[in-house]
Amino acid sequence: MSEERQIQLEVLRYNPETDSQPRYQTYTVPCVNEWVVLDALNYVKENLDPTLSYRWSCHMAVCGSCGYMINGEPKLGCKAFIHEYGDHIRVEPLANFPIERDLVTVVEDFIAKLASVKPYLIPKEDKPISAGEFKQTPAELKKFKQYTLCINCMLCYAACPQYGLVPEFLGPAAISMAHRYNQDSRDGGRDQRQEVIATDEGVWECSFVGACSEVCPKHVDPAGALQQVKVASTIDWYKEHLMPWVKK
Amino acid sequence: MAKSNKPIFWGLFAAGGTVTAFVTPVLVLLTLFAAMGFSPDLFTYEALRGFAAHWLGKLIILGVIVLSLWHAAHRLRVTVHDFGVRADTVVAYVVYGIAGLGTLMTIIYLLRI
Repeated sequence: MSEERQIQLEVLRYNPETDSQPRYQTYTVPCVNEWVVLDALNYVKENLDPTLSYRWSCHMAVCGSCGYMINGEPKLGCKAFIHEYGDHIRVEPLANFPIERDLVTVVEDFIAKLASVKPYLIPKEDKPISAGEFKQTPAELKKFKQYTLCINCMLCYAACPQYGLVPEFLGPAAISMAHRYNQDSRDGGRDQRQEVIATDEGVWECSFVGACSEVCPKHVDPAGALQQVKVASTIDWYKEHLMPWVKK
Repeated sequence: MAKSNKPIFWGLFAAGGTVTAFVTPVLVLLTLFAAMGFSPDLFTYEALRGFAAHWLGKLIILGVIVLSLWHAAHRLRVTVHDFGVRADTVVAYVVYGIAGLGTLMTIIYLLRI
């Protein structure tokens, strides 16, 4: 049977209706070593303090809801194993986002940015259903597959010092998602997305710190995607300014 | 939102990064060798001057110096920004001004050889 141990779970609490500022509350949680931090939060919610608010859903790193700062690092609560930590674990809401309540952050900024890059297939031409499916070779799929693994957990935004400094920055996940569709052989929407991502507040705000790729729980490598976007946007720029007669 | 003009500088930065990553360590090593007395005939003043006098030599020297300068300038601009100095336009003028001046001086000196 599993080993049991007690941990001190220090959680940031904030209720905008009653608190003037956030505070920390520590719970003593009897944990099984196989638990993840999300299990400890659920234990608190069910047994110690039903007022604790946090987002979670799937418990298997698919939904992207349970991103928190765990001991100062952006992590998914469902992927942060208790046995990787000491007896004191601090859980805070994701950095760089306003707090809605306790560990729940306000994510509207990210949602709007994600929508602005048109993260869906924009076919090159309208094709009737009778004309059949859009076919794709394994090599064409490989060009963008890793970027499809993004679960919009926003850990990369919490890790990005650039997003912290410049809140207008479009950010890692939104730009990698644009890149994912730009790289898709079935897509024809690159020109529309470039208007959003090839801007000062788009990819050019990135200074290649690389923290986004380090914290990404799905190994999307957003930093790599952004560098590829920079190279492609630079080639675009030279084509547009030095060879305006060349059709895109 | 208008498309950014940063590709001009980033293009030079990326090219400079590639060049300096390959060439600078070799130059440092060769300089160290020369300083320690291991200098084959290839490194004599006449040989190096001959290299710099040829148009292809000039082009290579120009490429290495100028791209390194623009790489360093852009890196410095971003580093200053990362340190939280919120004066990007001023910083950009200063660092790119130095790189531009260096470019001009490199061209003048190379043409005088």
